[in-house]
Amino acid sequence: MASDDSVRERVNRLELPFNALGIDPYGISKKHLVVGFSLLGWFYRHYFRVRAVGAANVPRRGRAMLVGNHSGGYAIDGAMVLASMMLELEPPRLAQGMAEKFINQLPVGSLWSSRTGQFTGLPEHAERLLEDDRLLMVFPEGARGTAKLYKERYSLVDFGTGFMRLALKTKTPIVPLGFVGGADAVPTVTNSYALGKLVGVPYVPVTPYGVALPLPAPCEVHYGEALRFSGTGDEEDQVIRGYVEQVKHRIAELVEAARASRRARLRPGAGA
Amino acid sequence: MRVLIAGSSGALARQVALLLKSRGHEVIGLDRRPWRDAPEGIEVFETDVRKRAAEDVFRTRKPECVVHMATVNALTAGGDERARINVGGTKSLFEHAVNHGVKHVVFVGRHTYYGASADSPLYHTEDEPPHGIGSFPELADLVAADLYAANALWREPGLVTTVLRLVYTLGPSQQGTLASFLRGKRVPLVLGYDPLFQFLFESDAARAIALSVEQRVKGIYNVCGPNPVPLRLIVEHTGRTAVPIPEPLLRGLLGRFGLPRLPAGALEHIKFPIVVDGKAFRRATSFSHEVDEVECLQRYRLLTGR
Repeated sequence: MASDDSVRERVNRLELPFNALGIDPYGISKKHLVVGFSLLGWFYRHYFRVRAVGAANVPRRGRAMLVGNHSGGYAIDGAMVLASMMLELEPPRLAQGMAEKFINQLPVGSLWSSRTGQFTGLPEHAERLLEDDRLLMVFPEGARGTAKLYKERYSLVDFGTGFMRLALKTKTPIVPLGFVGGADAVPTVTNSYALGKLVGVPYVPVTPYGVALPLPAPCEVHYGEALRFSGTGDEEDQVIRGYVEQVKHRIAELVEAARASRRARLRPGAGA
Repeated sequence: MRVLIAGSSGALARQVALLLKSRGHEVIGLDRRPWRDAPEGIEVFETDVRKRAAEDVFRTRKPECVVHMATVNALTAGGDERARINVGGTKSLFEHAVNHGVKHVVFVGRHTYYGASADSPLYHTEDEPPHGIGSFPELADLVAADLYAANALWREPGLVTTVLRLVYTLGPSQQGTLASFLRGKRVPLVLGYDPLFQFLFESDAARAIALSVEQRVKGIYNVCGPNPVPLRLIVEHTGRTAVPIPEPLLRGLLGRFGLPRLPAGALEHIKFPIVVDGKAFRRATSFSHEVDEVECLQRYRLLTGR
Protein backbone atom coordinates (compact mmCIF):
# COMPACT_ATOMS: atom_id res chain seq x y z
CA MET A 1 0.00 0.00 0.00
CA ALA A 2 2.97 2.32 0.70
CA SER A 3 3.33 2.86 -3.01
CA ASP A 4 0.92 1.27 -5.39
CA ASP A 5 2.37 0.63 -8.88
CA SER A 6 -0.87 1.49 -10.65
CA VAL A 7 -0.87 4.82 -8.79
CA ARG A 8 2.77 5.45 -9.71
CA GLU A 9 1.93 4.83 -13.35
CA ARG A 10 -0.96 7.32 -13.12
CA VAL A 11 1.16 9.96 -11.37
CA ASN A 12 3.69 9.60 -14.20
CA ARG A 13 0.95 10.35 -16.69
CA LEU A 14 -0.16 13.58 -15.00
CA GLU A 15 0.18 16.46 -17.40
CA LEU A 16 1.98 18.78 -14.99
CA PRO A 17 5.34 20.48 -15.66
CA PHE A 18 7.54 18.44 -13.31
CA ASN A 19 11.28 19.18 -13.36
CA ALA A 20 14.15 16.68 -13.14
CA LEU A 21 13.68 16.50 -9.37
CA GLY A 22 10.03 15.49 -9.84
CA ILE A 23 8.80 18.84 -8.52
CA ASP A 24 6.40 21.18 -10.32
CA PRO A 25 6.56 24.99 -10.08
CA TYR A 26 4.23 24.91 -7.06
CA GLY A 27 6.33 22.38 -5.17
CA ILE A 28 4.04 19.45 -5.94
CA SER A 29 6.17 16.32 -5.69
CA LYS A 30 5.69 13.11 -7.66
CA LYS A 31 7.10 11.10 -4.81
CA HIS A 32 4.62 12.52 -2.34
CA LEU A 33 1.74 12.15 -4.79
CA VAL A 34 2.52 8.44 -5.21
CA VAL A 35 2.54 7.82 -1.46
CA GLY A 36 -0.47 10.05 -0.80
CA PHE A 37 -2.63 8.66 -3.58
CA SER A 38 -1.65 5.07 -2.81
CA LEU A 39 -3.14 5.63 0.62
CA LEU A 40 -6.19 7.52 -0.67
CA GLY A 41 -6.60 4.92 -3.41
CA TRP A 42 -6.83 2.14 -0.85
CA PHE A 43 -9.54 4.04 1.01
CA TYR A 44 -11.23 4.83 -2.27
CA ARG A 45 -11.31 1.27 -3.55
CA HIS A 46 -11.48 -0.89 -0.47
CA TYR A 47 -12.65 1.09 2.53
CA PHE A 48 -15.25 3.56 1.27
CA ARG A 49 -15.77 1.61 -1.99
CA VAL A 50 -16.51 4.86 -3.77
CA ARG A 51 -18.66 4.73 -6.86
CA ALA A 52 -18.07 7.67 -9.18
CA VAL A 53 -20.69 8.49 -11.80
CA GLY A 54 -20.14 10.97 -14.61
CA ALA A 55 -16.41 11.60 -14.09
CA ALA A 56 -16.19 12.01 -17.86
CA ASN A 57 -17.91 15.38 -17.39
CA VAL A 58 -14.62 16.74 -16.10
CA PRO A 59 -12.66 18.34 -18.97
CA ARG A 60 -9.59 16.31 -19.91
CA ARG A 61 -7.40 19.39 -20.03
CA GLY A 62 -7.56 23.05 -19.24
CA ARG A 63 -8.93 24.98 -16.33
CA ALA A 64 -12.01 23.73 -14.53
CA MET A 65 -13.57 24.06 -11.12
CA LEU A 66 -15.09 21.11 -9.26
CA VAL A 67 -17.78 22.50 -6.97
CA GLY A 68 -19.48 20.22 -4.48
CA ASN A 69 -21.24 19.70 -1.19
CA HIS A 70 -19.64 18.64 2.04
CA SER A 71 -21.25 15.48 3.34
CA GLY A 72 -20.29 15.68 7.02
CA GLY A 73 -17.62 14.82 9.57
CA TYR A 74 -14.48 16.13 7.95
CA ALA A 75 -13.23 16.33 4.40
CA ILE A 76 -13.48 12.64 3.47
CA ASP A 77 -15.49 13.87 0.48
CA GLY A 78 -12.64 16.11 -0.67
CA ALA A 79 -10.09 13.32 -0.32
CA MET A 80 -12.27 10.88 -2.27
CA VAL A 81 -12.92 13.41 -5.05
CA LEU A 82 -9.13 13.86 -5.34
CA ALA A 83 -8.76 10.08 -5.58
CA SER A 84 -11.49 9.76 -8.19
CA MET A 85 -9.84 12.39 -10.42
CA MET A 86 -6.53 10.56 -10.14
CA LEU A 87 -7.93 7.04 -10.57
CA GLU A 88 -10.92 7.41 -12.90
CA LEU A 89 -9.93 10.05 -15.46
CA GLU A 90 -8.04 9.42 -18.69
CA PRO A 91 -5.52 10.98 -18.55
CA PRO A 92 -5.50 11.29 -14.75
CA ARG A 93 -5.78 14.79 -13.31
CA LEU A 94 -4.63 16.26 -10.04
CA ALA A 95 -7.48 18.15 -8.41
CA GLN A 96 -6.24 20.91 -6.13
CA GLY A 97 -8.41 21.70 -3.14
CA MET A 98 -8.56 24.98 -1.33
CA ALA A 99 -7.55 23.90 2.15
CA GLU A 100 -8.56 25.44 5.46
CA LYS A 101 -5.92 27.79 6.85
CA PHE A 102 -5.17 25.71 9.93
CA ILE A 103 -3.81 22.81 7.86
CA ASN A 104 -0.72 24.72 6.72
CA GLN A 105 -0.02 25.76 10.31
CA LEU A 106 0.20 22.19 11.57
CA PRO A 107 3.37 20.14 11.28
CA VAL A 108 3.00 17.25 8.80
CA GLY A 109 -0.25 18.80 7.54
CA SER A 110 1.80 21.67 6.16
CA LEU A 111 4.31 19.40 4.47
CA TRP A 112 1.84 16.99 2.89
CA SER A 113 -0.65 19.59 1.76
CA SER A 114 2.18 21.60 0.14
CA ARG A 115 3.71 18.61 -1.64
CA THR A 116 0.37 17.35 -2.98
CA GLY A 117 -0.91 20.71 -4.20
CA GLN A 118 -3.63 21.20 -1.59
CA PHE A 119 -2.94 24.86 -0.85
CA THR A 120 -4.54 27.25 1.60
CA GLY A 121 -7.79 28.62 0.18
CA LEU A 122 -6.56 32.08 -0.74
CA PRO A 123 -8.07 33.93 -3.71
CA GLU A 124 -4.52 34.46 -5.04
CA HIS A 125 -3.91 30.71 -5.10
CA ALA A 126 -7.22 29.91 -6.76
CA GLU A 127 -6.79 32.50 -9.48
CA ARG A 128 -3.19 31.58 -10.25
CA LEU A 129 -3.98 27.87 -10.48
CA LEU A 130 -6.89 28.49 -12.85
CA GLU A 131 -4.80 30.83 -15.01
CA ASP A 132 -2.35 27.93 -15.16
CA ASP A 133 -5.14 25.66 -16.45
CA ARG A 134 -5.30 23.50 -13.36
CA LEU A 135 -8.26 21.62 -11.90
CA LEU A 136 -9.50 23.37 -8.78
CA MET A 137 -11.73 21.70 -6.17
CA VAL A 138 -14.00 23.99 -4.18
CA PHE A 139 -16.50 23.35 -1.40
CA PRO A 140 -18.37 26.64 -1.10
CA GLU A 141 -19.95 25.57 2.19
CA GLY A 142 -16.50 25.72 3.82
CA ALA A 143 -15.94 24.45 7.35
CA ARG A 144 -19.63 25.00 8.13
CA GLY A 145 -20.26 22.29 5.57
CA THR A 146 -18.05 19.66 7.12
CA ALA A 147 -19.52 20.55 10.53
CA LYS A 148 -22.97 19.29 9.44
CA LEU A 149 -24.47 16.81 11.87
CA TYR A 150 -25.63 13.36 10.77
CA LYS A 151 -29.26 14.41 10.72
CA GLU A 152 -28.41 17.35 8.42
CA ARG A 153 -26.34 15.24 6.03
CA TYR A 154 -28.31 15.81 2.87
CA SER A 155 -28.93 19.53 3.40
CA LEU A 156 -26.80 22.30 2.01
CA VAL A 157 -25.70 25.28 4.11
CA ASP A 158 -25.07 28.73 2.69
CA PHE A 159 -22.74 28.89 -0.30
CA GLY A 160 -20.01 31.50 -0.48
CA THR A 161 -19.93 33.54 -3.68
CA GLY A 162 -16.19 33.93 -4.17
CA PHE A 163 -15.95 30.86 -6.40
CA MET A 164 -18.52 32.26 -8.82
CA ARG A 165 -16.81 35.63 -9.20
CA LEU A 166 -13.55 33.82 -9.82
CA ALA A 167 -15.11 31.44 -12.37
CA LEU A 168 -16.54 34.44 -14.25
CA LYS A 169 -13.30 36.39 -14.11
CA THR A 170 -11.17 33.50 -15.32
CA LYS A 171 -13.83 32.05 -17.67
CA THR A 172 -13.69 28.69 -15.94
CA PRO A 173 -16.31 25.95 -16.45
CA ILE A 174 -17.86 24.67 -13.23
CA VAL A 175 -18.34 20.92 -12.83
CA PRO A 176 -20.94 20.39 -10.08
CA LEU A 177 -20.74 17.30 -7.92
CA GLY A 178 -22.91 15.65 -5.30
CA PHE A 179 -21.24 13.48 -2.66
CA VAL A 180 -23.01 11.15 -0.21
CA GLY A 181 -21.70 8.78 2.43
CA GLY A 182 -19.38 11.04 4.40
CA ALA A 183 -21.91 11.39 7.21
CA ASP A 184 -22.32 7.62 7.44
CA ALA A 185 -18.57 7.25 7.73
CA VAL A 186 -18.42 9.91 10.45
CA PRO A 187 -21.92 10.11 11.98
CA THR A 188 -21.51 13.33 13.92
CA VAL A 189 -23.87 13.87 16.83
CA THR A 190 -22.17 17.05 17.97
CA ASN A 191 -19.02 19.05 17.33
CA SER A 192 -16.65 20.00 20.10
CA TYR A 193 -15.29 23.45 19.36
CA ALA A 194 -13.49 23.60 22.72
CA LEU A 195 -11.51 20.45 21.96
CA GLY A 196 -10.79 21.80 18.50
CA LYS A 197 -9.36 24.98 19.93
CA LEU A 198 -7.12 22.92 22.17
CA VAL A 199 -5.53 20.97 19.30
CA GLY A 200 -5.54 23.80 16.74
CA VAL A 201 -8.37 22.72 14.40
CA PRO A 202 -11.75 24.45 13.96
CA TYR A 203 -13.72 21.67 15.74
CA VAL A 204 -13.62 17.97 16.55
CA PRO A 205 -16.61 15.87 15.48
CA VAL A 206 -18.04 13.59 18.17
CA THR A 207 -19.74 10.35 17.12
CA PRO A 208 -21.99 7.96 19.08
CA TYR A 209 -18.91 5.82 19.58
CA GLY A 210 -16.86 8.77 20.77
CA VAL A 211 -13.83 9.20 18.55
CA ALA A 212 -14.32 10.37 14.99
CA LEU A 213 -12.48 7.59 13.19
CA PRO A 214 -14.35 6.88 9.97
CA LEU A 215 -16.53 3.78 9.57
CA PRO A 216 -16.27 1.85 6.29
CA ALA A 217 -19.45 3.33 4.84
CA PRO A 218 -19.78 3.17 1.06
CA CYS A 219 -19.65 6.54 -0.64
CA GLU A 220 -20.95 7.79 -3.91
CA VAL A 221 -20.08 10.82 -5.99
CA HIS A 222 -21.98 12.08 -9.03
CA TYR A 223 -20.48 14.61 -11.41
CA GLY A 224 -22.79 16.73 -13.52
CA GLU A 225 -22.24 18.35 -16.89
CA ALA A 226 -20.05 21.45 -16.82
CA LEU A 227 -21.90 24.72 -16.23
CA ARG A 228 -20.64 27.81 -18.02
CA PHE A 229 -21.52 31.31 -16.96
CA SER A 230 -20.41 34.39 -18.82
CA GLY A 231 -19.48 37.69 -17.22
CA THR A 232 -16.59 39.55 -15.72
CA GLY A 233 -16.82 38.71 -12.03
CA ASP A 234 -17.66 42.33 -11.19
CA GLU A 235 -21.43 41.86 -11.35
CA GLU A 236 -23.82 43.01 -8.63
CA ASP A 237 -24.24 40.66 -5.66
CA GLN A 238 -27.76 39.87 -6.74
CA VAL A 239 -26.64 38.59 -10.14
CA ILE A 240 -23.86 36.51 -8.59
CA ARG A 241 -26.27 35.14 -5.99
CA GLY A 242 -28.56 34.03 -8.81
CA TYR A 243 -25.76 32.11 -10.53
CA VAL A 244 -24.66 30.57 -7.24
CA GLU A 245 -28.25 29.42 -6.62
CA GLN A 246 -28.23 27.67 -10.00
CA VAL A 247 -25.06 25.79 -9.07
CA LYS A 248 -26.42 24.99 -5.62
CA HIS A 249 -29.67 23.71 -7.12
CA ARG A 250 -27.77 21.48 -9.53
CA ILE A 251 -25.63 20.13 -6.66
CA ALA A 252 -28.78 19.40 -4.63
CA GLU A 253 -30.10 17.38 -7.60
CA LEU A 254 -26.83 15.48 -7.85
CA VAL A 255 -26.91 14.75 -4.10
CA GLU A 256 -30.42 13.34 -4.50
CA ALA A 257 -29.35 11.23 -7.47
CA ALA A 258 -26.31 9.95 -5.58
CA ARG A 259 -28.48 9.22 -2.57
CA ALA A 260 -30.99 7.20 -4.61
CA SER A 261 -28.30 5.26 -6.40
CA ARG A 262 -26.48 4.56 -3.14
CA ARG A 263 -29.73 3.32 -1.57
CA ALA A 264 -30.26 0.97 -4.49
CA ARG A 265 -26.70 -0.27 -4.12
CA LEU A 266 -27.05 -0.91 -0.38
CA ARG A 267 -30.43 -2.60 -0.65
CA PRO A 268 -30.61 -4.23 -4.05
CA GLY A 269 -34.15 -5.19 -4.96
CA ALA A 270 -35.74 -2.80 -2.45
CA GLY A 271 -36.39 -0.33 -5.27
CA ALA A 272 -34.67 3.03 -5.49
CA MET B 1 28.59 54.34 -18.27
CA ARG B 2 30.08 55.26 -14.89
CA VAL B 3 28.55 53.04 -12.21
CA LEU B 4 29.05 53.38 -8.48
CA ILE B 5 28.45 50.23 -6.45
CA ALA B 6 27.72 50.85 -2.79
CA GLY B 7 28.58 47.81 -0.70
CA SER B 8 31.07 46.70 -3.35
CA SER B 9 33.01 44.39 -1.05
CA GLY B 10 30.05 42.08 -0.63
CA ALA B 11 30.30 38.72 -2.32
CA LEU B 12 27.63 39.31 -4.93
CA ALA B 13 28.53 42.98 -5.40
CA ARG B 14 32.08 42.04 -6.41
CA GLN B 15 30.69 39.82 -9.13
CA VAL B 16 28.42 42.62 -10.31
CA ALA B 17 31.41 44.98 -10.39
CA LEU B 18 33.54 42.55 -12.41
CA LEU B 19 30.70 41.83 -14.81
CA LEU B 20 29.93 45.51 -15.42
CA LYS B 21 33.62 46.21 -15.97
CA SER B 22 33.90 43.35 -18.45
CA ARG B 23 30.96 44.80 -20.31
CA GLY B 24 32.87 48.04 -20.74
CA HIS B 25 31.50 50.17 -17.93
CA GLU B 26 33.57 52.27 -15.58
CA VAL B 27 33.04 50.87 -12.10
CA ILE B 28 33.64 52.63 -8.78
CA GLY B 29 33.33 50.77 -5.50
CA LEU B 30 32.26 52.12 -2.12
CA ASP B 31 32.34 50.07 1.04
CA ARG B 32 33.52 50.40 4.61
CA ARG B 33 34.97 46.90 4.31
CA PRO B 34 38.12 46.54 2.21
CA TRP B 35 38.28 44.78 -1.17
CA ARG B 36 41.94 43.72 -1.12
CA ASP B 37 42.32 42.05 -4.48
CA ALA B 38 40.14 44.49 -6.37
CA PRO B 39 41.20 44.34 -10.01
CA GLU B 40 42.94 47.20 -11.66
CA GLY B 41 40.53 49.68 -13.14
CA ILE B 42 38.01 49.42 -10.33
CA GLU B 43 38.56 52.31 -7.94
CA VAL B 44 37.42 51.41 -4.43
CA PHE B 45 36.70 53.96 -1.72
CA GLU B 46 36.81 52.61 1.80
CA THR B 47 34.15 54.57 3.62
CA ASP B 48 30.66 54.28 5.05
CA VAL B 49 27.77 55.40 2.82
CA ARG B 50 26.57 57.60 5.67
CA LYS B 51 29.90 59.42 6.04
CA ARG B 52 30.94 62.72 4.51
CA ALA B 53 33.69 61.00 2.51
CA ALA B 54 31.04 58.99 0.68
CA GLU B 55 29.28 62.13 -0.46
CA ASP B 56 32.62 63.37 -1.79
CA VAL B 57 32.80 60.31 -4.02
CA PHE B 58 29.43 61.25 -5.50
CA ARG B 59 30.53 64.86 -5.92
CA THR B 60 33.91 64.23 -7.48
CA ARG B 61 33.26 61.09 -9.52
CA LYS B 62 29.74 62.00 -10.69
CA PRO B 63 28.43 58.49 -11.35
CA GLU B 64 25.54 58.14 -13.78
CA CYS B 65 24.17 55.05 -12.08
CA VAL B 66 24.35 53.88 -8.46
CA VAL B 67 23.80 50.26 -7.45
CA HIS B 68 22.87 50.04 -3.77
CA MET B 69 24.07 46.76 -2.32
CA ALA B 70 25.13 48.12 1.06
CA THR B 71 22.39 46.52 3.13
CA VAL B 72 22.83 43.88 5.78
CA ASN B 73 20.59 40.93 4.96
CA ALA B 74 21.80 38.07 7.13
CA LEU B 75 19.05 36.83 9.43
CA THR B 76 21.69 36.23 12.08
CA ALA B 77 22.80 39.85 12.22
CA GLY B 78 20.64 41.93 14.49
CA GLY B 79 20.42 44.98 16.59
CA ASP B 80 20.19 48.71 16.12
CA GLU B 81 23.36 48.98 14.07
CA ARG B 82 21.89 46.81 11.36
CA ALA B 83 18.74 48.91 11.24
CA ARG B 84 20.83 52.10 11.07
CA ILE B 85 22.83 50.77 8.14
CA ASN B 86 19.82 49.50 6.22
CA VAL B 87 17.49 52.44 6.69
CA GLY B 88 19.94 55.30 7.34
CA GLY B 89 22.32 54.15 4.63
CA THR B 90 19.57 53.91 2.03
CA LYS B 91 18.37 57.39 2.91
CA SER B 92 21.88 58.90 2.61
CA LEU B 93 22.49 57.15 -0.67
CA PHE B 94 19.33 58.50 -2.28
CA GLU B 95 20.06 61.99 -0.96
CA HIS B 96 23.56 61.98 -2.42
CA ALA B 97 22.23 60.60 -5.70
CA VAL B 98 19.65 63.37 -6.02
CA ASN B 99 22.09 66.11 -4.96
CA HIS B 100 24.83 65.06 -7.34
CA GLY B 101 23.06 64.41 -10.59
CA VAL B 102 22.81 60.63 -10.58
CA LYS B 103 20.32 59.48 -13.23
CA HIS B 104 19.56 55.96 -12.07
CA VAL B 105 19.57 54.17 -8.71
CA VAL B 106 19.24 50.39 -8.47
CA PHE B 107 18.24 49.24 -4.98
CA VAL B 108 19.10 45.57 -4.58
CA GLY B 109 16.62 44.30 -1.99
CA ARG B 110 15.57 40.85 -1.01
CA HIS B 111 12.50 38.75 -1.66
CA THR B 112 12.30 38.22 2.10
CA TYR B 113 10.49 41.58 1.96
CA TYR B 114 7.26 39.59 1.49
CA GLY B 115 7.78 37.63 4.70
CA ALA B 116 7.06 34.00 5.44
CA SER B 117 3.81 33.01 7.10
CA ALA B 118 1.28 30.21 7.00
CA ASP B 119 -1.32 32.25 5.18
CA SER B 120 0.78 34.07 2.62
CA PRO B 121 0.31 32.96 -0.99
CA LEU B 122 2.80 31.24 -3.26
CA TYR B 123 4.13 33.49 -6.02
CA HIS B 124 4.11 37.01 -4.66
CA THR B 125 3.68 39.77 -7.20
CA GLU B 126 5.29 43.18 -6.82
CA ASP B 127 2.04 44.88 -5.77
CA GLU B 128 1.76 42.86 -2.57
CA PRO B 129 2.38 44.30 0.89
CA PRO B 130 4.82 42.48 3.18
CA HIS B 131 3.32 39.63 5.24
CA GLY B 132 4.25 38.41 8.68
CA ILE B 133 6.53 41.22 9.87
CA GLY B 134 4.79 40.81 13.23
CA SER B 135 6.31 37.39 13.74
CA PHE B 136 9.76 38.52 12.64
CA PRO B 137 10.49 42.12 13.66
CA GLU B 138 14.16 41.67 12.73
CA LEU B 139 13.04 41.96 9.13
CA ALA B 140 11.39 45.33 9.58
CA ASP B 141 14.48 47.39 8.67
CA LEU B 142 14.85 45.63 5.32
CA VAL B 143 11.18 46.20 4.61
CA ALA B 144 11.61 49.86 5.57
CA ALA B 145 14.64 50.23 3.27
CA ASP B 146 12.70 48.63 0.40
CA LEU B 147 9.71 50.92 0.97
CA TYR B 148 11.96 53.99 1.22
CA ALA B 149 13.64 53.09 -2.07
CA ALA B 150 10.30 52.42 -3.73
CA ASN B 151 9.08 55.80 -2.48
CA ALA B 152 11.71 57.45 -4.64
CA LEU B 153 9.66 56.39 -7.66
CA TRP B 154 7.21 59.23 -6.95
CA ARG B 155 9.30 61.33 -4.56
CA GLU B 156 12.08 61.91 -7.10
CA PRO B 157 10.47 61.99 -10.54
CA GLY B 158 13.77 63.15 -12.08
CA LEU B 159 15.54 60.00 -10.96
CA VAL B 160 15.01 56.56 -12.48
CA THR B 161 14.63 54.14 -9.59
CA THR B 162 14.78 50.36 -9.81
CA VAL B 163 13.87 48.27 -6.79
CA LEU B 164 14.93 44.64 -7.16
CA ARG B 165 13.65 41.95 -4.84
CA LEU B 166 16.21 39.25 -5.39
CA VAL B 167 15.79 35.63 -4.30
CA TYR B 168 18.50 33.77 -2.37
CA THR B 169 21.77 33.16 -4.20
CA LEU B 170 24.13 30.18 -4.18
CA GLY B 171 27.57 30.15 -5.74
CA PRO B 172 31.35 30.34 -5.42
CA SER B 173 31.31 32.92 -2.61
CA GLN B 174 29.41 30.48 -0.36
CA GLN B 175 27.90 33.50 1.29
CA GLY B 176 24.35 34.65 1.74
CA THR B 177 21.40 33.60 3.84
CA LEU B 178 20.78 30.23 2.22
CA ALA B 179 24.49 29.42 2.00
CA SER B 180 24.97 30.15 5.70
CA PHE B 181 22.05 27.91 6.48
CA LEU B 182 23.68 25.10 4.47
CA ARG B 183 27.09 25.61 6.07
CA GLY B 184 27.16 22.51 8.25
CA LYS B 185 27.15 18.84 7.32
CA ARG B 186 23.83 18.41 9.06
CA VAL B 187 21.10 20.94 8.42
CA PRO B 188 18.21 21.30 10.86
CA LEU B 189 14.68 21.34 9.46
CA VAL B 190 11.46 21.89 11.35
CA LEU B 191 9.79 18.49 11.58
CA GLY B 192 6.63 18.34 9.50
CA TYR B 193 7.42 21.44 7.42
CA ASP B 194 9.32 21.71 4.17
CA PRO B 195 9.08 25.13 2.55
CA LEU B 196 9.97 25.90 -1.04
CA PHE B 197 13.10 27.99 -1.54
CA GLN B 198 13.92 30.00 -4.62
CA PHE B 199 17.51 30.63 -5.56
CA LEU B 200 19.71 31.89 -8.37
CA PHE B 201 23.26 30.92 -9.14
CA GLU B 202 25.47 33.92 -8.29
CA SER B 203 26.49 34.53 -11.91
CA ASP B 204 22.84 34.72 -12.92
CA ALA B 205 22.04 37.08 -10.06
CA ALA B 206 24.95 39.33 -11.04
CA ARG B 207 23.77 39.34 -14.64
CA ALA B 208 20.24 40.28 -13.60
CA ILE B 209 21.60 43.29 -11.69
CA ALA B 210 23.86 44.28 -14.61
CA LEU B 211 20.91 44.07 -16.99
CA SER B 212 18.83 46.41 -14.88
CA VAL B 213 21.75 48.88 -14.83
CA GLU B 214 22.18 48.77 -18.61
CA GLN B 215 18.52 48.81 -19.51
CA ARG B 216 17.62 51.40 -16.87
CA VAL B 217 14.28 49.79 -16.14
CA LYS B 218 12.08 51.81 -13.84
CA GLY B 219 9.92 50.21 -11.17
CA ILE B 220 9.79 47.38 -8.66
CA TYR B 221 10.76 43.90 -9.81
CA ASN B 222 11.02 40.45 -8.30
CA VAL B 223 14.13 38.74 -9.62
CA CYS B 224 14.10 34.96 -9.72
CA GLY B 225 15.27 32.18 -11.98
CA PRO B 226 14.60 28.45 -11.74
CA ASN B 227 11.58 26.82 -10.14
CA PRO B 228 11.54 26.79 -6.35
CA VAL B 229 12.76 23.61 -4.64
CA PRO B 230 11.70 22.17 -1.25
CA LEU B 231 14.34 22.83 1.41
CA ARG B 232 14.81 19.15 2.12
CA LEU B 233 15.77 18.45 -1.49
CA ILE B 234 18.14 21.42 -1.44
CA VAL B 235 19.85 19.96 1.61
CA GLU B 236 20.07 16.48 0.09
CA HIS B 237 21.17 17.55 -3.39
CA THR B 238 23.94 19.69 -1.97
CA GLY B 239 25.29 16.63 -0.17
CA ARG B 240 24.14 17.44 3.33
CA THR B 241 21.99 15.52 5.77
CA ALA B 242 18.61 16.86 6.74
CA VAL B 243 17.81 16.59 10.44
CA PRO B 244 14.12 17.23 11.08
CA ILE B 245 13.63 18.40 14.66
CA PRO B 246 10.30 19.16 16.35
CA GLU B 247 9.81 22.90 16.54
CA PRO B 248 9.74 23.33 20.36
CA LEU B 249 12.97 21.36 20.66
CA LEU B 250 14.62 23.20 17.76
CA ARG B 251 13.91 26.56 19.42
CA GLY B 252 15.87 25.42 22.43
CA LEU B 253 18.72 23.95 20.39
CA LEU B 254 19.43 26.90 18.10
CA GLY B 255 22.91 28.27 18.60
CA ARG B 256 24.11 25.07 20.27
CA PHE B 257 25.72 21.85 18.99
CA GLY B 258 26.86 23.58 15.82
CA LEU B 259 23.36 24.63 14.81
CA PRO B 260 23.07 28.16 13.45
CA ARG B 261 21.98 30.87 15.84
CA LEU B 262 18.79 32.40 14.46
CA PRO B 263 16.29 34.87 15.87
CA ALA B 264 13.03 33.13 16.78
CA GLY B 265 11.19 34.70 13.84
CA ALA B 266 13.64 33.18 11.39
CA LEU B 267 12.08 29.79 12.09
CA GLU B 268 9.05 30.94 10.10
CA HIS B 269 11.41 31.10 7.12
CA ILE B 270 12.23 27.42 7.40
CA LYS B 271 8.57 26.52 7.94
CA PHE B 272 6.87 28.53 5.22
CA PRO B 273 7.94 29.48 1.70
CA ILE B 274 8.59 32.86 0.14
CA VAL B 275 8.10 32.36 -3.57
CA VAL B 276 8.02 35.27 -5.98
CA ASP B 277 6.73 35.73 -9.49
CA GLY B 278 9.49 37.10 -11.71
CA LYS B 279 7.45 37.58 -14.87
CA ALA B 280 7.55 41.39 -14.83
CA PHE B 281 11.34 41.50 -14.64
CA ARG B 282 11.75 38.95 -17.40
CA ARG B 283 9.38 40.95 -19.58
CA ALA B 284 11.15 44.26 -18.87
CA THR B 285 14.74 43.04 -19.35
CA SER B 286 14.38 39.72 -21.22
CA PHE B 287 16.45 38.18 -18.42
CA SER B 288 16.61 34.42 -18.30
CA HIS B 289 18.70 32.26 -16.01
CA GLU B 290 21.50 30.08 -17.40
CA VAL B 291 21.90 27.73 -14.44
CA ASP B 292 18.79 25.72 -13.62
CA GLU B 293 17.85 24.44 -10.17
CA VAL B 294 19.43 20.99 -10.58
CA GLU B 295 22.71 22.30 -11.97
CA CYS B 296 22.84 25.05 -9.36
CA LEU B 297 22.57 22.52 -6.53
CA GLN B 298 25.10 20.20 -8.17
CA ARG B 299 27.60 23.00 -8.66
CA TYR B 300 27.12 24.16 -5.10
CA ARG B 301 27.74 20.64 -3.87
CA LEU B 302 31.04 20.51 -5.76
CA LEU B 303 32.02 24.01 -4.68
CA THR B 304 31.57 23.10 -1.04
CA GLY B 305 33.38 19.79 -1.49
CA ARG B 306 30.58 17.38 -0.63
